[in-house]
Amino acid sequence: MQVTMTVNGTEYTREIEGRMLLVHFLRDVLGLTGTHWGCDTSNCGVCVVWLDGEPVKSCTVLAAMAGGHEVRTVEGLANGAELDPIQEGFRQCHGLQCGFCTPGMLMTCRALLDKNPDPTEGEIREAISGQICRCTGYSSIVRSVRWTAVHEAEARNAKEEVAQA
Amino acid sequence: MQVPAPFEYERATSVDQAIGLLERLGGSARLVAGGHSLLPMMKLRLADFEYLIDINDLHGELGYIRLSDGEVRIGAMTRHRELLESDVLAEVFPIFRDAEKVIADPIVRNRGTLGGSLCQADPSEDLSAVCTTLDASCVIRGPGGAERVVTMEEFHVGPYETAVGDSEILTEIRIPRKLERAGSAYAKVERRAGDWAVVSAGAAVWLDRGRIVDARVGLAAVGPNTTGIPEISAALRGHEPSEELFQVAGAIAARSCDPVTDTRGSADYKRHLADELTRRTLRKAVERARS
Amino acid sequence: MTDLQDSKLTEFEDNDQKPVGFGRMLRKEDARLLRGRGRFVDDVQLPGMLHLAILRSPFAHATIVSIDTSAAEASPGVKAVVTGETLKGLGLAWMPTLSNDVQAVLATDKVRFQGQEVAFVVAEDRYQARDALELIDVEYDVLDPVIDVRKALEPDAPIIRTDLEGKTNNHVFDWETGDEEETARVFAEADVIVQEDIVYPRVHPAPMETCGSVADFDPVEGKLRLWSTTQAPHAHRTLYAIVAGIPEHKIQVIAPDIGGGFGNKVPIYPGYVHSIVGSIVTGKPVKWMEDRSENLISTGFARDYIMRAEIAATNDGKILAIRTNVLADHGAFNGTAAPVKYPAGFFGVFTGSYDLKAAHCKMTAVYTNKAPGGVAYACSFRITEAVYLVERIVDALAYQLEMDPAELRLKNFIQPEQFPYTTKTGWVYDSGDYEPTMRLAMEMAGYDELRREQAEKRARGELMGIGISFFTEAVGAGPRKNMDILGLGMADGCELRIHPTGKAVVRLSVKTQGQGHETTFAQIIAEELGIPPADIDVLHGDTDNTPFGLGTYGSRSTPVSGAAAALVARKVRDKAKLIASAMLEVSVADLDWVKGAFQVKGDPGRSVTIQDIAFRTHGAGDLPDGVEGGLEAQICYNPSNLTYPHGAYICVVDIDPGTAEVKVRRFIAVDDCGTRINPMIIEGQVHGGLADGVGMALMEMISFDSDGNCLGASLMDYLIPTALETPDWETGYTVTPSPHHPIGAKGIGESATVGSPPAIVNAVVDALKPFGVRHADMPLTPSRVWDAMRGQATPPI
Repeated sequence: MQVTMTVNGTEYTREIEGRMLLVHFLRDVLGLTGTHWGCDTSNCGVCVVWLDGEPVKSCTVLAAMAGGHEVRTVEGLANGAELDPIQEGFRQCHGLQCGFCTPGMLMTCRALLDKNPDPTEGEIREAISGQICRCTGYSSIVRSVRWTAVHEAEARNAKEEVAQA
Repeated sequence: MQVPAPFEYERATSVDQAIGLLERLGGSARLVAGGHSLLPMMKLRLADFEYLIDINDLHGELGYIRLSDGEVRIGAMTRHRELLESDVLAEVFPIFRDAEKVIADPIVRNRGTLGGSLCQADPSEDLSAVCTTLDASCVIRGPGGAERVVTMEEFHVGPYETAVGDSEILTEIRIPRKLERAGSAYAKVERRAGDWAVVSAGAAVWLDRGRIVDARVGLAAVGPNTTGIPEISAALRGHEPSEELFQVAGAIAARSCDPVTDTRGSADYKRHLADELTRRTLRKAVERARS
Repeated sequence: MTDLQDSKLTEFEDNDQKPVGFGRMLRKEDARLLRGRGRFVDDVQLPGMLHLAILRSPFAHATIVSIDTSAAEASPGVKAVVTGETLKGLGLAWMPTLSNDVQAVLATDKVRFQGQEVAFVVAEDRYQARDALELIDVEYDVLDPVIDVRKALEPDAPIIRTDLEGKTNNHVFDWETGDEEETARVFAEADVIVQEDIVYPRVHPAPMETCGSVADFDPVEGKLRLWSTTQAPHAHRTLYAIVAGIPEHKIQVIAPDIGGGFGNKVPIYPGYVHSIVGSIVTGKPVKWMEDRSENLISTGFARDYIMRAEIAATNDGKILAIRTNVLADHGAFNGTAAPVKYPAGFFGVFTGSYDLKAAHCKMTAVYTNKAPGGVAYACSFRITEAVYLVERIVDALAYQLEMDPAELRLKNFIQPEQFPYTTKTGWVYDSGDYEPTMRLAMEMAGYDELRREQAEKRARGELMGIGISFFTEAVGAGPRKNMDILGLGMADGCELRIHPTGKAVVRLSVKTQGQGHETTFAQIIAEELGIPPADIDVLHGDTDNTPFGLGTYGSRSTPVSGAAAALVARKVRDKAKLIASAMLEVSVADLDWVKGAFQVKGDPGRSVTIQDIAFRTHGAGDLPDGVEGGLEAQICYNPSNLTYPHGAYICVVDIDPGTAEVKVRRFIAVDDCGTRINPMIIEGQVHGGLADGVGMALMEMISFDSDGNCLGASLMDYLIPTALETPDWETGYTVTPSPHHPIGAKGIGESATVGSPPAIVNAVVDALKPFGVRHADMPLTPSRVWDAMRGQATPPI
């Protein structure tokens, strides 16, 4: 069957089998290997991407289901050479080690901050509770998100001050 | 990663068109909504269908929470996240928010649906216990727009089996609103966040002048299907809420359920939890009904 | 049960200190990993690449009667179906394990564990390969399995290893350490003896990336390129040369980015060999990536020790001796990765951090119908089991003596002046100063205040527990005089080249799986040569382009390869000094090294930088007599001893008395890993290990039913902690450098995995004190805690 979807702002049309999983479509068909997979049962969350702005586990979404919809992956986070603030937060606070769960974590945490720009530690932990990281023990991921929240707030305030002036 | 066996993908555009597809394809077809129970089973090759009919586009038609004086109607395509975030629902039936906080994880909740959860009919499934607790009924639509309404007891035929026929769709859940002074609560013991319940319990009470007019308790993971316990309702009706009364209810819950020992816990422990969580949720439900 | 914390952190550690040497520094590898530009094995795409899937046994023990592959061969896209019989013809049906046993590459005679490899399919895509597996028809004759390890040596137990000539039982080895007689004598004179049966259940490292490989055999060159998830690329290359008969120089093993290892990626798995065979047979590159259930049911598990522990002490709490009897479940093949002379790894350090009069251990290892493995999951070669044993039995002694467990430990520590300290089992602890580490942890925890709070809560019927563990690890294997794996000495190489402009490239034999080698090793070179880390490229994980060495496991990268890096830099510095003396026209004796430059003694204005010297070595003009051009060096480092990091951990738990759910409220970890290279990375290593501890103590376990079906075969069943079960870790440190390591560093990778499980279990047991509980086994799930509360604690196996 034919499927057409927008990934990171670019529209792609490809011939696929109905059973193809979205994660395989992204990785094997489009070559966007930033999104990983780590289990068979949608428990680990390393495959999280956005579908129409919502984080979903791409191992449990058929590529066909994403037809006509918008997908965003970790490759779509940075603006050219400039990291998205959430990526910078993870870098500053050692929010990653092996980097395997990182793309999924980044997508979830970006979505969290878009909805809730000043989350508590508890809210951050809840948001990433469907994703497993074997390396960081999560504390540094929580810090990374807080770092981003604080720095994005500072940037917003600075912008407002400029606007007021 | 494991992958499903081949199947044909169809996308439904309306409820009636989906029913038409089901009529044409018969038992070889299966509806898929969130897919978070079905697709893993297909990947592990525990389930196999020739056709999958994607009903995600029916969210416009079946994704809603509507309150009226007499009842709450929730569309089957309402997603877990919407149930969790709905303030109106939390206002009338806080049990939904209690339960949704502990169902799977936030990412799965973005995708999974009320209808999908109920139709999976897993004995450990939380929303089935919630619906049982609230005495919900299920609206099932078939060919030609024919609708039938069944109780939760009728809906659950057995583990992983429901009353929904091959050419039918669960479209809506209806929950009666009995009295102003209603309270409800849900509690789950799990080995880890996102795990299936070791045991879950839901309780709902309706008070009038300090006395219990009606009360219901629903349990998950302690029997072949999520279990409502009429004997508890009978024992509570007409009484003033008290710790002693909750203890009686807990004891009934413990002896009425039928848990098995597995990796989640021993049958004895689960029976204990049925008691403990029944008392806790009743206590909370009464507290909420009073406030 | 989640307690959502309302805190909103606004102050952050400055990790971006840009040190030229040691200090907090952001990681070099993050640039690609954050952008989704890491390159993991499954990201490798080669032209014409085929995909491989493995058919595994549904039974734990069964004879293979017949295999019919005809339908699978006719399935769309299938290029090859290979069975054990095919491999037998090629002499490849069996391969050596890392413990001098053999393991079936594909089963020929019978299957010996559920999940064992029976056949494989190579097809055009991964979906087709998986589909064809369904079409292979295998007829099995099911045999009685050996699942209960306690019954493995009974006379009527089925014999698992019928492939081993003359094998008449399921015995793998007996092992003994310490002095049995002397220990018995000390026990006989003791005031108090406490005994507990302690089980360390089978667990699994389950890195987020599963294992896999891409094999590309070029028949013209006769060269095999193998991208694989390996922590030890060089050791693997040598083994492939031995197994497959391909000359070693014609094998290139590439370990690209690795998504976590934790010991799971040390052994050679049949799947890697399958991909090689698949590529040779089809003439195409072949990719194999195992799925999660394959990872959990067939690859290197960890632990599975049943331990009887006994401790002898005086009435006032002086520990005299420890002895233990261990039954070790090694699964169907002895695939343990441990130095040859150490079949039980470094379990011999079970004497812990205490000054004893005697110690003794007797161990028996057996085969069962379960997956092979044993050494994995950040265990420091079985030190996890040893530390758990000693820290649990010391706590049981504290319970018996009604002594505070912190006080008991403080009373028995090896004292600083006793180092180097030889234990009663013959291990030479290099350095240690235990009391300050313990005191710091107690201070950070507010220990006395916690005990007061606990007393108040107990009076109200609330269950709160405080658990302590104090560990000493032995890492950095190891001295080649007594440590080797399959005859390969456990040394590591390092090669350093300084380019003409003073930038550098350092090549390592070890391989990161997330530990941050590209940063840490650049910092080691920077510290020694004064070249900024940003100017130093770290290459690793490619056997064609890095020197030989045994790889990354057992916390050995910093102790062994880190030493190699420091020494290779010093070699370069020594040469640079000769050149500096010529450039400055003074004798070498008149030069001082100030980080990054040589300057003339007493005349700091006259100096040359390492960059100036690098250019000079490659530039025009004569060099001093006997000095070659270029500025580079190579080294193969043989450690003189292991290093012995230590730490004090304190855990606070609350238990819901109604549901028996355990909540880890606080965890304080004070580590001493000697010299600290990058504190940010060290803390990260500790955090990860602490989460592992929560997993093992509270939820993780690979269990089996009586037929040998694995009950932990998916991440739905094998539970790993999420952010909701883990607290915000509180870390601290002391520094006791290793006297024999060039920079005094000791290794940190596994300390927390080793040290945290006993702290958590001790806390739970402490919380259950009102119920008279002295011991309860992991995993402490709510159901098992509830059993313990009712005096019905049972072992998990």
